[in-house]
Amino acid sequence: MFGQAILNDNLPGAKQHHWSPYTDNGGTIVAVAGDDFAIIASDTRLIQGYSILSREQTKLFKLSEQTVLGVSGCWCDVLTFTRTLEARMKMYLHEHLKPMSTPAVAQLVSTMLYHKRFFPYYVSNIVAGLDQDGKGTLYSYDPVGHCEKNRYRAGGAAGAMLQPLLDNQVGLKNMKGGVLPDITKEKALMVIKDSFISAAERDTSTGDGVIINIITKSGVEVMHFPLRKD
Amino acid sequence: MYANPNSIINPSLWPNGPAPGCFFNFPGANVTSTSSSSGIITRTQSPVTTGTSILGLVFDGGVMLAGDMLGSYGSMAKFRSIERTIKVNNSTVLGATGDIADFQHLKAIIEQKVIDEDCADDGFTLKPKALHTWLTRVLYNRRSKFDPLWNTFLVAGIEDGEPYLGCVDKIGTAFSDSKIATGYGAHIALPLMREGLEKKPQMTQEEARALLINCLRVLFYRDCRALNKHQIATITKEGVTIENNIELDTNWEVANFVIGYE
Repeated sequence: MFGQAILNDNLPGAKQHHWSPYTDNGGTIVAVAGDDFAIIASDTRLIQGYSILSREQTKLFKLSEQTVLGVSGCWCDVLTFTRTLEARMKMYLHEHLKPMSTPAVAQLVSTMLYHKRFFPYYVSNIVAGLDQDGKGTLYSYDPVGHCEKNRYRAGGAAGAMLQPLLDNQVGLKNMKGGVLPDITKEKALMVIKDSFISAAERDTSTGDGVIINIITKSGVEVMHFPLRKD
Repeated sequence: MYANPNSIINPSLWPNGPAPGCFFNFPGANVTSTSSSSGIITRTQSPVTTGTSILGLVFDGGVMLAGDMLGSYGSMAKFRSIERTIKVNNSTVLGATGDIADFQHLKAIIEQKVIDEDCADDGFTLKPKALHTWLTRVLYNRRSKFDPLWNTFLVAGIEDGEPYLGCVDKIGTAFSDSKIATGYGAHIALPLMREGLEKKPQMTQEEARALLINCLRVLFYRDCRALNKHQIATITKEGVTIENNIELDTNWEVANFVIGYE
Protein backbone atom coordinates (compact mmCIF):
# COMPACT_ATOMS: atom_id res chain seq x y z
CA MET A 1 0.00 0.00 0.00
CA PHE A 2 1.10 3.57 -0.53
CA GLY A 3 1.50 4.12 3.18
CA GLN A 4 4.34 1.65 3.21
CA ALA A 5 5.82 2.97 -0.02
CA ILE A 6 6.30 6.37 1.64
CA LEU A 7 8.15 4.82 4.56
CA ASN A 8 10.56 3.08 2.21
CA ASP A 9 13.75 5.11 2.29
CA ASN A 10 15.15 3.38 -0.79
CA LEU A 11 12.96 5.61 -2.95
CA PRO A 12 14.86 7.89 -5.31
CA GLY A 13 15.53 11.20 -3.64
CA ALA A 14 15.25 9.77 -0.14
CA LYS A 15 18.34 10.62 1.84
CA GLN A 16 19.88 8.87 4.74
CA HIS A 17 22.34 10.74 6.88
CA HIS A 18 25.53 8.79 6.84
CA TRP A 19 27.91 9.34 9.70
CA SER A 20 31.57 8.45 9.83
CA PRO A 21 34.00 9.05 12.69
CA TYR A 22 36.69 9.81 10.11
CA THR A 23 37.11 12.57 7.57
CA ASP A 24 39.84 13.42 5.08
CA ASN A 25 41.34 16.83 5.83
CA GLY A 26 44.05 16.61 3.14
CA GLY A 27 47.50 18.08 3.52
CA THR A 28 50.96 16.98 2.52
CA ILE A 29 54.21 16.43 4.45
CA VAL A 30 57.67 16.22 2.90
CA ALA A 31 60.86 15.52 4.86
CA VAL A 32 64.52 15.12 3.93
CA ALA A 33 67.38 14.15 6.24
CA GLY A 34 70.97 15.24 5.64
CA ASP A 35 74.20 14.49 7.46
CA ASP A 36 73.83 17.10 10.22
CA PHE A 37 70.32 18.39 9.59
CA ALA A 38 66.75 17.29 8.95
CA ILE A 39 64.13 19.31 7.12
CA ILE A 40 60.40 18.70 7.42
CA ALA A 41 57.71 20.73 5.70
CA SER A 42 53.92 20.78 5.48
CA ASP A 43 51.41 22.76 3.50
CA THR A 44 49.03 25.00 5.45
CA ARG A 45 45.69 24.12 3.87
CA LEU A 46 43.00 22.33 5.87
CA ILE A 47 40.13 20.96 3.80
CA GLN A 48 36.90 19.03 4.22
CA GLY A 49 35.24 17.77 1.05
CA TYR A 50 35.57 20.53 -1.51
CA SER A 51 35.70 23.28 1.14
CA ILE A 52 38.80 24.97 2.52
CA LEU A 53 38.43 25.14 6.31
CA SER A 54 41.60 27.16 6.83
CA ARG A 55 44.48 28.46 4.75
CA GLU A 56 46.91 28.78 7.65
CA GLN A 57 47.03 25.54 9.58
CA THR A 58 50.48 24.06 10.12
CA LYS A 59 50.73 20.29 10.36
CA LEU A 60 54.15 20.38 12.02
CA PHE A 61 54.45 19.84 15.77
CA LYS A 62 57.70 20.69 17.51
CA LEU A 63 58.23 18.00 20.12
CA SER A 64 61.70 19.11 21.31
CA GLU A 65 64.68 21.15 20.12
CA GLN A 66 65.78 18.04 18.20
CA THR A 67 62.51 16.53 16.97
CA VAL A 68 59.58 17.70 14.85
CA LEU A 69 56.54 15.61 13.97
CA GLY A 70 54.58 16.12 10.75
CA VAL A 71 51.03 14.73 10.67
CA SER A 72 48.25 14.80 8.10
CA GLY A 73 45.05 12.87 7.52
CA CYS A 74 41.95 13.02 9.74
CA TRP A 75 42.46 16.30 11.59
CA CYS A 76 40.56 15.33 14.75
CA ASP A 77 42.85 12.30 15.08
CA VAL A 78 45.87 14.51 14.38
CA LEU A 79 44.88 16.79 17.27
CA THR A 80 44.23 13.92 19.66
CA PHE A 81 47.39 12.05 18.70
CA THR A 82 49.72 15.06 18.93
CA ARG A 83 48.26 16.26 22.24
CA THR A 84 48.72 12.83 23.79
CA LEU A 85 52.25 12.70 22.38
CA GLU A 86 53.07 16.18 23.69
CA ALA A 87 51.83 15.13 27.13
CA ARG A 88 54.06 12.03 26.99
CA MET A 89 57.02 14.22 25.96
CA LYS A 90 56.46 16.33 29.10
CA MET A 91 56.09 13.26 31.32
CA TYR A 92 59.37 11.89 29.96
CA LEU A 93 61.11 15.25 30.47
CA HIS A 94 60.03 15.47 34.10
CA GLU A 95 60.86 11.83 34.84
CA HIS A 96 64.26 11.68 33.16
CA LEU A 97 65.26 15.38 33.36
CA LYS A 98 66.12 15.39 29.64
CA PRO A 99 64.04 15.59 26.48
CA MET A 100 63.23 12.35 24.66
CA SER A 101 65.67 11.52 21.85
CA THR A 102 64.45 11.28 18.26
CA PRO A 103 64.78 7.45 18.00
CA ALA A 104 62.86 7.12 21.29
CA VAL A 105 60.11 9.41 19.95
CA ALA A 106 60.05 7.26 16.80
CA GLN A 107 59.39 4.11 18.83
CA LEU A 108 56.79 5.88 21.00
CA VAL A 109 54.88 7.06 17.92
CA SER A 110 54.76 3.50 16.60
CA THR A 111 53.56 2.12 19.95
CA MET A 112 50.91 4.82 20.32
CA LEU A 113 49.59 4.17 16.81
CA TYR A 114 49.47 0.39 17.26
CA HIS A 115 47.73 0.84 20.61
CA LYS A 116 44.70 1.89 18.57
CA ARG A 117 45.12 -0.87 15.97
CA PHE A 118 41.40 -1.72 15.79
CA PHE A 119 40.05 1.86 15.82
CA PRO A 120 43.07 3.58 14.31
CA TYR A 121 44.16 7.17 14.23
CA TYR A 122 43.63 7.89 10.52
CA VAL A 123 46.91 9.77 10.13
CA SER A 124 50.12 9.75 8.15
CA ASN A 125 53.10 10.54 10.38
CA ILE A 126 56.68 11.57 9.69
CA VAL A 127 59.14 12.13 12.55
CA ALA A 128 62.16 14.24 11.63
CA GLY A 129 65.09 15.23 13.80
CA LEU A 130 68.64 14.64 14.90
CA ASP A 131 69.68 11.45 16.67
CA GLN A 132 71.99 11.28 19.71
CA ASP A 133 75.03 11.59 17.41
CA GLY A 134 73.67 14.75 15.79
CA LYS A 135 72.93 12.97 12.50
CA GLY A 136 69.82 13.87 10.52
CA THR A 137 67.22 11.14 10.89
CA LEU A 138 63.70 10.49 9.73
CA TYR A 139 60.95 7.94 10.40
CA SER A 140 57.68 7.44 8.52
CA TYR A 141 54.58 5.50 9.57
CA ASP A 142 51.35 3.99 8.36
CA PRO A 143 48.15 4.69 10.38
CA VAL A 144 48.53 1.55 12.54
CA GLY A 145 52.18 1.99 13.52
CA HIS A 146 54.36 0.36 10.91
CA CYS A 147 57.63 2.33 11.10
CA GLU A 148 60.44 2.74 8.64
CA LYS A 149 63.67 4.73 8.87
CA ASN A 150 64.26 6.87 5.77
CA ARG A 151 66.55 9.50 4.26
CA TYR A 152 63.63 11.22 2.55
CA ARG A 153 59.85 10.77 2.55
CA ALA A 154 56.66 12.35 1.26
CA GLY A 155 53.44 11.66 3.15
CA GLY A 156 49.80 12.66 3.23
CA ALA A 157 47.46 13.51 0.38
CA ALA A 158 50.12 14.14 -2.28
CA GLY A 159 52.61 11.68 -0.77
CA ALA A 160 52.13 9.10 -3.52
CA MET A 161 52.63 11.83 -6.11
CA LEU A 162 55.79 13.29 -4.58
CA GLN A 163 57.66 10.16 -3.48
CA PRO A 164 58.83 9.27 -7.03
CA LEU A 165 60.08 12.84 -7.44
CA LEU A 166 62.11 12.50 -4.25
CA ASP A 167 63.33 9.03 -5.35
CA ASN A 168 64.75 10.72 -8.42
CA GLN A 169 65.98 14.03 -7.05
CA VAL A 170 67.09 13.03 -3.53
CA GLY A 171 67.56 9.26 -3.77
CA LEU A 172 69.12 9.50 -7.26
CA LYS A 173 67.46 6.16 -8.04
CA ASN A 174 67.99 4.29 -11.35
CA MET A 175 70.99 6.38 -12.26
CA LYS A 176 74.43 5.28 -13.26
CA GLY A 177 77.14 6.63 -11.01
CA GLY A 178 79.25 6.09 -7.96
CA VAL A 179 78.50 6.55 -4.27
CA LEU A 180 75.50 8.55 -3.21
CA PRO A 181 76.65 11.83 -1.65
CA ASP A 182 74.74 13.28 1.32
CA ILE A 183 72.29 15.91 0.17
CA THR A 184 73.12 19.52 1.02
CA LYS A 185 70.72 21.71 2.95
CA GLU A 186 70.34 24.07 -0.01
CA LYS A 187 69.52 21.27 -2.46
CA ALA A 188 67.08 19.68 0.03
CA LEU A 189 65.26 22.97 0.52
CA MET A 190 65.05 23.48 -3.23
CA VAL A 191 63.60 20.01 -3.84
CA ILE A 192 61.09 20.43 -1.00
CA LYS A 193 59.88 23.78 -2.32
CA ASP A 194 59.57 22.40 -5.86
CA SER A 195 57.70 19.36 -4.51
CA PHE A 196 55.04 21.52 -2.88
CA ILE A 197 54.72 23.80 -5.89
CA SER A 198 54.15 20.71 -8.06
CA ALA A 199 51.74 19.11 -5.56
CA ALA A 200 49.69 22.32 -5.39
CA GLU A 201 49.25 22.14 -9.17
CA ARG A 202 47.78 18.64 -9.17
CA ASP A 203 46.32 18.01 -5.69
CA THR A 204 43.34 20.15 -4.67
CA SER A 205 43.89 19.47 -0.97
CA THR A 206 47.43 20.89 -1.02
CA GLY A 207 48.06 24.62 -1.32
CA ASP A 208 47.90 28.09 0.30
CA GLY A 209 51.38 27.97 1.87
CA VAL A 210 54.23 25.86 3.19
CA ILE A 211 55.85 25.84 6.61
CA ILE A 212 59.38 24.45 6.69
CA ASN A 213 61.22 23.41 9.84
CA ILE A 214 64.99 23.02 9.56
CA ILE A 215 66.37 21.03 12.48
CA THR A 216 70.08 21.49 13.24
CA LYS A 217 72.12 21.22 16.44
CA SER A 218 71.35 24.90 17.12
CA GLY A 219 67.60 24.23 17.17
CA VAL A 220 64.62 24.49 14.85
CA GLU A 221 64.51 27.23 12.23
CA VAL A 222 61.07 28.02 10.79
CA MET A 223 60.52 29.24 7.22
CA HIS A 224 57.35 30.02 5.32
CA PHE A 225 56.54 30.46 1.67
CA PRO A 226 53.26 30.93 -0.21
CA LEU A 227 51.58 28.48 -2.61
CA ARG A 228 48.71 28.99 -5.04
CA LYS A 229 45.46 29.60 -3.17
CA ASP A 230 42.98 28.18 -5.69
CA MET B 1 -23.41 -5.20 8.85
CA TYR B 2 -19.88 -5.94 10.01
CA ALA B 3 -18.27 -8.86 8.28
CA ASN B 4 -15.72 -9.38 11.02
CA PRO B 5 -16.94 -8.95 14.60
CA ASN B 6 -13.31 -8.44 15.72
CA SER B 7 -13.20 -5.10 13.90
CA ILE B 8 -15.75 -3.75 16.36
CA ILE B 9 -13.67 -4.80 19.34
CA ASN B 10 -10.36 -3.65 17.84
CA PRO B 11 -11.16 -1.14 15.10
CA SER B 12 -8.32 0.20 13.01
CA LEU B 13 -8.19 3.96 12.55
CA TRP B 14 -8.58 3.84 8.77
CA PRO B 15 -8.76 0.39 7.16
CA ASN B 16 -6.85 0.27 3.89
CA GLY B 17 -5.68 3.85 4.50
CA PRO B 18 -2.24 5.12 5.41
CA ALA B 19 -0.91 4.35 8.87
CA PRO B 20 -1.00 7.24 11.35
CA GLY B 21 2.08 9.42 11.03
CA CYS B 22 3.37 7.71 7.90
CA PHE B 23 3.37 10.94 5.90
CA PHE B 24 5.99 12.43 8.18
CA ASN B 25 9.47 11.49 7.18
CA PHE B 26 11.34 11.94 10.41
CA PRO B 27 15.03 12.34 9.84
CA GLY B 28 16.85 9.25 11.00
CA ALA B 29 13.68 7.25 11.56
CA ASN B 30 15.25 4.29 9.82
CA VAL B 31 18.79 4.97 10.97
CA THR B 32 18.52 4.81 14.74
CA SER B 33 18.04 1.35 16.06
CA THR B 34 18.63 0.02 19.51
CA SER B 35 18.68 -3.71 19.29
CA SER B 36 18.75 -5.27 22.71
CA SER B 37 18.11 -8.80 21.47
CA SER B 38 21.36 -9.00 19.51
CA GLY B 39 23.27 -7.15 22.22
CA ILE B 40 24.56 -4.70 19.64
CA ILE B 41 23.63 -1.10 20.26
CA THR B 42 23.81 1.28 17.35
CA ARG B 43 23.90 4.81 18.66
CA THR B 44 24.65 6.55 15.39
CA GLN B 45 22.16 9.35 15.31
CA SER B 46 21.14 12.14 13.06
CA PRO B 47 19.95 15.62 13.93
CA VAL B 48 16.32 16.39 14.79
CA THR B 49 15.77 20.12 15.42
CA THR B 50 18.57 21.93 13.66
CA GLY B 51 20.09 25.36 13.36
CA THR B 52 21.79 26.57 10.19
CA SER B 53 24.96 28.63 9.62
CA ILE B 54 26.92 30.64 12.17
CA LEU B 55 29.44 33.22 10.98
CA GLY B 56 32.51 34.42 12.86
CA LEU B 57 34.77 37.33 11.95
CA VAL B 58 37.76 38.88 13.68
CA PHE B 59 38.15 42.67 13.46
CA ASP B 60 40.61 45.17 14.89
CA GLY B 61 40.20 44.82 18.65
CA GLY B 62 37.52 42.15 18.79
CA VAL B 63 35.50 39.41 17.20
CA MET B 64 31.88 38.98 16.09
CA LEU B 65 29.55 36.02 15.79
CA ALA B 66 26.37 36.15 13.73
CA GLY B 67 23.56 33.74 12.92
CA ASP B 68 19.81 33.45 12.73
CA MET B 69 17.38 32.30 15.41
CA LEU B 70 15.61 29.44 13.64
CA GLY B 71 15.26 25.90 14.86
CA SER B 72 14.26 23.82 11.82
CA TYR B 73 12.38 20.53 12.13
CA GLY B 74 13.43 18.93 8.87
CA SER B 75 12.20 21.44 6.32
CA MET B 76 9.67 22.95 8.73
CA ALA B 77 10.60 26.33 10.21
CA LYS B 78 9.36 25.24 13.63
CA PHE B 79 11.08 27.24 16.38
CA ARG B 80 11.51 30.87 15.37
CA SER B 81 13.31 32.38 18.32
CA ILE B 82 16.03 29.98 19.42
CA GLU B 83 19.15 31.51 20.91
CA ARG B 84 21.92 29.79 19.01
CA THR B 85 24.55 32.30 20.08
CA ILE B 86 25.06 32.47 23.83
CA LYS B 87 27.22 34.47 26.19
CA VAL B 88 29.44 32.16 28.22
CA ASN B 89 31.10 34.85 30.34
CA ASN B 90 32.49 38.37 29.91
CA SER B 91 35.20 37.22 27.49
CA THR B 92 33.61 34.36 25.57
CA VAL B 93 30.60 33.58 23.40
CA LEU B 94 29.53 30.32 21.79
CA GLY B 95 27.55 29.83 18.59
CA ALA B 96 26.07 26.52 17.44
CA THR B 97 25.05 24.92 14.16
CA GLY B 98 23.30 21.56 14.00
CA ASP B 99 21.18 19.75 16.58
CA ILE B 100 19.60 22.25 18.99
CA ALA B 101 18.99 19.67 21.71
CA ASP B 102 22.64 18.62 21.74
CA PHE B 103 23.63 22.30 21.90
CA GLN B 104 21.28 23.05 24.77
CA HIS B 105 22.57 19.97 26.61
CA LEU B 106 26.15 21.23 26.29
CA LYS B 107 25.03 24.77 27.12
CA ALA B 108 23.72 23.56 30.48
CA ILE B 109 27.04 21.84 31.21
CA ILE B 110 29.02 24.93 30.20
CA GLU B 111 26.82 27.20 32.33
CA GLN B 112 27.52 24.94 35.30
CA LYS B 113 31.25 25.12 34.55
CA VAL B 114 31.06 28.92 34.58
CA ILE B 115 29.19 28.86 37.90
CA ASP B 116 31.84 26.53 39.36
CA GLU B 117 34.56 28.92 38.19
CA ASP B 118 32.72 31.82 39.86
CA CYS B 119 32.35 29.87 43.08
CA ALA B 120 36.07 29.11 43.18
CA ASP B 121 36.51 32.90 43.37
CA ASP B 122 40.18 32.62 42.43
CA GLY B 123 40.11 35.28 39.74
CA PHE B 124 40.25 32.70 36.95
CA THR B 125 37.54 32.49 34.31
CA LEU B 126 36.86 30.18 31.39
CA LYS B 127 38.80 31.62 28.45
CA PRO B 128 37.90 31.11 24.79
CA LYS B 129 40.89 28.87 23.96
CA ALA B 130 40.17 26.72 27.01
CA LEU B 131 36.50 26.37 26.06
CA HIS B 132 37.47 25.58 22.47
CA THR B 133 39.87 22.83 23.55
CA TRP B 134 37.36 21.48 26.05
CA LEU B 135 34.65 21.28 23.38
CA THR B 136 37.10 19.54 21.04
CA ARG B 137 37.71 16.83 23.63
CA VAL B 138 34.01 16.42 24.45
CA LEU B 139 33.01 16.12 20.79
CA TYR B 140 35.94 13.81 19.93
CA ASN B 141 35.15 11.52 22.86
CA ARG B 142 31.51 11.31 21.82
CA ARG B 143 32.44 10.50 18.22
CA SER B 144 34.83 7.82 19.52
CA LYS B 145 31.86 6.24 21.31
CA PHE B 146 29.95 6.35 18.00
CA ASP B 147 27.45 8.62 19.74
CA PRO B 148 28.25 12.06 18.35
CA LEU B 149 26.89 15.41 19.42
CA TRP B 150 25.59 16.67 16.08
CA ASN B 151 26.94 20.23 16.15
CA THR B 152 29.52 22.56 14.72
CA PHE B 153 30.51 25.19 17.28
CA LEU B 154 32.16 28.56 16.90
CA VAL B 155 33.95 29.87 19.97
CA ALA B 156 34.73 33.58 19.95
CA GLY B 157 36.32 35.76 22.57
CA ILE B 158 39.17 37.84 23.83
CA GLU B 159 42.16 36.12 25.41
CA ASP B 160 45.14 38.10 26.73
CA GLY B 161 43.90 41.16 24.85
CA GLU B 162 43.82 39.30 21.52
CA PRO B 163 40.65 38.32 19.67
CA TYR B 164 40.18 34.57 19.23
CA LEU B 165 37.89 32.63 16.92
CA GLY B 166 37.77 28.83 16.83
CA CYS B 167 35.64 26.10 15.28
CA VAL B 168 34.88 22.51 16.30
CA ASP B 169 32.73 20.03 14.40
CA LYS B 170 30.86 16.89 15.44
CA ILE B 171 33.88 14.58 15.18
CA GLY B 172 36.29 17.00 16.89
CA THR B 173 37.92 18.62 13.86
CA ALA B 174 39.13 21.90 15.37
CA PHE B 175 40.94 24.93 14.03
CA SER B 176 41.28 28.64 14.57
CA ASP B 177 41.04 31.34 11.92
CA SER B 178 40.12 35.02 11.54
CA LYS B 179 37.04 34.15 9.48
CA ILE B 180 34.94 31.00 9.84
CA ALA B 181 31.47 30.07 8.65
CA THR B 182 29.64 26.83 9.42
CA GLY B 183 27.06 24.87 7.46
CA TYR B 184 25.69 26.50 4.34
CA GLY B 185 27.59 29.67 5.26
CA ALA B 186 30.88 27.86 4.54
CA HIS B 187 29.81 27.80 0.89
CA ILE B 188 27.95 31.09 0.58
CA ALA B 189 29.19 33.51 3.26
CA LEU B 190 32.83 32.50 3.73
CA PRO B 191 33.92 33.56 0.20
CA LEU B 192 32.29 36.96 0.82
CA MET B 193 34.08 37.26 4.17
CA ARG B 194 37.42 36.25 2.63
CA GLU B 195 36.92 38.81 -0.12
CA GLY B 196 36.13 41.49 2.45
CA LEU B 197 39.18 40.66 4.57
CA GLU B 198 41.43 40.54 1.52
CA LYS B 199 40.38 44.09 0.59
CA LYS B 200 40.80 45.28 4.17
CA PRO B 201 42.72 42.94 6.50
CA GLN B 202 42.27 45.18 9.56
CA MET B 203 38.55 45.90 9.74
CA THR B 204 36.89 48.25 12.18
CA GLN B 205 33.97 47.00 14.25
CA GLU B 206 31.52 48.87 11.99
CA GLU B 207 33.01 47.41 8.81
CA ALA B 208 32.94 43.89 10.24
CA ARG B 209 29.32 44.33 11.28
CA ALA B 210 28.34 45.63 7.85
CA LEU B 211 30.08 42.68 6.17
CA LEU B 212 28.40 40.15 8.46
CA ILE B 213 24.99 41.72 7.93
CA ASN B 214 25.48 41.49 4.19
CA CYS B 215 26.44 37.81 4.57
CA LEU B 216 23.36 37.14 6.74
CA ARG B 217 21.17 38.77 4.09
CA VAL B 218 22.66 36.67 1.28
CA LEU B 219 22.20 33.57 3.43
CA PHE B 220 18.57 34.48 4.08
CA TYR B 221 18.05 34.82 0.33
CA ARG B 222 19.71 31.54 -0.58
CA ASP B 223 19.57 29.19 2.43
CA CYS B 224 16.12 27.59 2.70
CA ARG B 225 16.77 26.83 6.39
CA ALA B 226 17.48 30.48 7.29
CA LEU B 227 15.24 33.03 8.99
CA ASN B 228 15.22 36.83 8.86
CA LYS B 229 15.68 37.15 12.59
CA HIS B 230 19.27 37.27 13.66
CA GLN B 231 21.65 37.48 16.58
CA ILE B 232 24.93 39.36 16.42
CA ALA B 233 27.42 38.96 19.25
CA THR B 234 30.33 41.36 19.64
CA ILE B 235 33.26 40.66 21.93
CA THR B 236 35.78 43.40 22.67
CA LYS B 237 37.96 44.26 25.66
CA GLU B 238 34.91 46.07 27.07
CA GLY B 239 32.99 42.78 27.24
CA VAL B 240 30.26 40.90 25.42
CA THR B 241 27.14 42.32 23.80
CA ILE B 242 24.56 40.18 22.03
CA GLU B 243 21.92 41.86 19.90
CA ASN B 244 18.81 39.73 19.46
CA ASN B 245 15.92 39.72 16.99
CA ILE B 246 17.68 41.73 14.28
CA GLU B 247 15.51 41.90 11.18
CA LEU B 248 17.20 42.88 7.91
CA ASP B 249 15.59 44.83 5.10
CA THR B 250 15.30 42.62 2.04
CA ASN B 251 14.45 43.15 -1.58
CA TRP B 252 12.55 40.47 -3.49
CA GLU B 253 12.00 42.55 -6.67
CA VAL B 254 13.95 40.06 -8.75
CA ALA B 255 11.42 37.39 -7.83
CA ASN B 256 9.11 38.96 -10.42
CA PHE B 257 11.59 38.07 -13.14
CA VAL B 258 11.66 34.41 -12.24
CA ILE B 259 9.20 32.72 -14.58
CA GLY B 260 7.80 29.26 -14.83
CA TYR B 261 6.67 28.83 -11.21
CA GLU B 262 3.40 30.80 -11.35
